[in-house]
Amino acid sequence: MAFQPIATTRTVMGMPTARLAIWWLVVSEIVIFGGILATYLMHRLGHPEWANYAVHTNVYAGGFNTFVLLTSSVFAVLAHDAASQGDGKKAAKLLSGTLVCAVMFLCIKGYEWSVEISHGYTITANGFWSFYYTAAGVHGLHVIIGGIIMAWIAKDAYQNKYLHRVELVGIYWHFVDLVWIFLFPLLYIAK
Amino acid sequence: MGSDGESHAAHYKKIYVILLGLLAVSLIGPYFGEKFDMMWLTLITAFGIAFVKAWLVLKHFMHVDVERPFIHYALITGVGFMVLFFAGVSPDVMKHEGTNWENVGAKAEIARALAEAEAGGGHGAHGEAAAHGDDADAHDDAAEHKAPAH
Repeated sequence: MAFQPIATTRTVMGMPTARLAIWWLVVSEIVIFGGILATYLMHRLGHPEWANYAVHTNVYAGGFNTFVLLTSSVFAVLAHDAASQGDGKKAAKLLSGTLVCAVMFLCIKGYEWSVEISHGYTITANGFWSFYYTAAGVHGLHVIIGGIIMAWIAKDAYQNKYLHRVELVGIYWHFVDLVWIFLFPLLYIAK
Repeated sequence: MGSDGESHAAHYKKIYVILLGLLAVSLIGPYFGEKFDMMWLTLITAFGIAFVKAWLVLKHFMHVDVERPFIHYALITGVGFMVLFFAGVSPDVMKHEGTNWENVGAKAEIARALAEAEAGGGHGAHGEAAAHGDDADAHDDAAEHKAPAH
């Protein structure tokens, strides 16, 4: 029988400590992304000239990336479903699908940024581009970190170990998707 | 258990299809909103639908509804802090003058950028002219961005 860490079974708050921790992380992330989004929003509303800068963001790339992240989320929740039935191999395969989506998302972002930078829309161009790169960059960093952790968890899940972690990384991943759901209209659609 | 698992998977796939449908609406709506100058359509389809999508992800993928109430309170507190921050800071950022103050830099930058846009420029690119191969204009452009800091 696989070793079980104590933290996953302790239930001081009436729920496993690991799940409590992941929700606590999500709450702290709300404050981080909430701060960035709220600051962007107030500047955007106070600076009508930013609309002229926003027309240069690539709505097709942003829209396709939204599709990619939504697809990654459905893979993650199906992996959670497989893990809850004790099917670690299936969970690992589904998590691999999420990982492929994460890599695809980053490649599209890289392409988008390289085109924008080549046109002179750099992080120092003005306030709009500064927020654009900061918000999307911090989000991209979360995709990278989540992807690395997910690969680790998928490796263990394939051997039917620590299956509860599939659920935990799923909660984190859906939050990353959720942030993008708001970033997309704010940075790409509002012209 | 097996059939229950299957029905779960079918449910998640159904939510995924709904999310993709909402994504399509959030792309088409603002297109028509801009074309027919209907700001309300853009706001509803872009931002209103973002909230619906977020709720669907929270409820069906993150299963927030089965979590204990204190998780809900913690999440609401996080959002509450964001609202509090916005309410406290936005008047100073969104307004450019008040009873005893004036944000001269912001006003100048808005006037400059809008005038530039009206003249056919103002894409917000750094070294825009350099990208087109005009070095002299590139220096002017860089200087222009530095001056009106806000």
